[in-house]
Amino acid sequence: MAKTIEEINAKIRSGKAVVFTAEEIIEVVKDMGIKKAARKVDVVTTGTFSPMCSSGAFFNVKQPKEKMKLGGGFATLNGVPAYAGLAAADIYVGATAIPDGDPRNSNGRPGRYRYGGAHVIEDLVAGKKVLLKGGSYGTDCYPMKAREQMVGLDDMNDAFLFNPRNCYQNYNVAVNLSDKPIYTYMGKLKPKLGNAYYCSAGQLSPLFNDPYFRTIGIGTRVFFSGAEGYVAWPGTQHNPDAPRLENGTPKTPAGTVALIGDMRQMSAEWLRAVSFAGYGVTLSVAVGVPIPILDEDMVRSVSVSDEQLKAPVVDYSEYYPLGKGEAQLGEVTYEELKSGSIHIKKQKVPTGSFSSYALARKVAHHLKQRIQEGSFLLTQFQAPLPGAAIGKEATQ
Amino acid sequence: MKLVLIFPETIVEEPITYHLISDYGIRVNILRASIDPGKQGKMVVELLGEKVQISQGLNYLERVGVQVTPLAQKIRHLEDRCTSCTACVPLCPTQALDVDRESWNVSFDPEKCIVCFSCLETCIYYAMSVEEEFV
Repeated sequence: MAKTIEEINAKIRSGKAVVFTAEEIIEVVKDMGIKKAARKVDVVTTGTFSPMCSSGAFFNVKQPKEKMKLGGGFATLNGVPAYAGLAAADIYVGATAIPDGDPRNSNGRPGRYRYGGAHVIEDLVAGKKVLLKGGSYGTDCYPMKAREQMVGLDDMNDAFLFNPRNCYQNYNVAVNLSDKPIYTYMGKLKPKLGNAYYCSAGQLSPLFNDPYFRTIGIGTRVFFSGAEGYVAWPGTQHNPDAPRLENGTPKTPAGTVALIGDMRQMSAEWLRAVSFAGYGVTLSVAVGVPIPILDEDMVRSVSVSDEQLKAPVVDYSEYYPLGKGEAQLGEVTYEELKSGSIHIKKQKVPTGSFSSYALARKVAHHLKQRIQEGSFLLTQFQAPLPGAAIGKEATQ
Repeated sequence: MKLVLIFPETIVEEPITYHLISDYGIRVNILRASIDPGKQGKMVVELLGEKVQISQGLNYLERVGVQVTPLAQKIRHLEDRCTSCTACVPLCPTQALDVDRESWNVSFDPEKCIVCFSCLETCIYYAMSVEEEFV
């Protein structure tokens, strides 16, 4: 018998909802079977904590008495350039922005990228103040031409993260076939298959647990770095047409979501600036998506485990940057990746991740607790993500 | 390479860095120095140059009676900054950095560490730091 989100929310409100994490549900389903699990379980929580480059923050800076038009002028925060092509007081700081000519970023080889947009965002979330510098041409209504002021979140009317692409449903496993080390957004890759990096929470990752976006859509409420955030839109590069395994999960990077959430509700425990040597600055965020167990198909989706999820192995020395050579060096399961080594071209290659499974677990448990306490209710999305129809066809 | 140089009081007035630079073409970066005439002196230096130049320079130091020891460096794991992502694990040559595949917590065993600095370059959270022990 199918459940509705309203029925599940009623159970959450009365403190009676049965909730498991996407890791726990695997054993639960092995024990009680799909039918019984569909009746007994109300919600499964997912989690991920990982660098997600397409992230950034919108701010509306409080005006001083003599007003200023940042729009069309320029603004920097601790030297990091913000986008100022909006209304008078609105600016956007991208996670990967870096100050021009900053020795903290350019000194030495590989460059270390010690301070950028992500650090501004982390500083503000941690309650610190940053130096706003603004310059403009001055108008009759906005006469001030230059401004320098230490600002914290209290000096903003609004401060929210708006990340155009988060939570990639699956990701490449990066390796280096060349004979010299390379520095990439997937870390330092040693020559001749010296190491392999992956970047997904696998069986805990939100979109792996709802592969056809049956319950995750525009308007879905999520745990977002400590805040209650929302899916605002399909993420950039959202691609529901990626090749899939029989269990419905994609074999290559596929779906994504754009997320939005209030920075004042966020905590630095769940949001961290990171620096990739030789590459740049980016932001790690925590995302947890609750998945309502509406029926047996949802149980099947959320009970996928690491040995049933596959990622493509991609060469980042030639194929990724130049499009030369083999597109894929093979497929590996997340179980293999998490074992510490994989085999590529008959060579044993040690593995590591940039996505923290320890923190993904913590996110999923935190969200589970919030739902059990009745302080986090589920939402019915307002519009589906592109590709939701593919799932309907596949299951019919 | 970073070295601690100890001068006996008899040669404290020798222009040692001058000789390293002009006779052996070594770039000498003085990180710390405490030298008083008539007393034993200590200096922490970084020597940069070709291998041959450096080994000739070290021979010179030994000849004039300077005691040369490598600077003790220790790697520290800043647990409050570490997210246990495991990026450091495949690059650590001695498994000083390792992950428990049940708890997924990354731990650091300083006894196994050979101070190769691989983790410093790899850690995106700056959770690894180097401490230099100036004697």
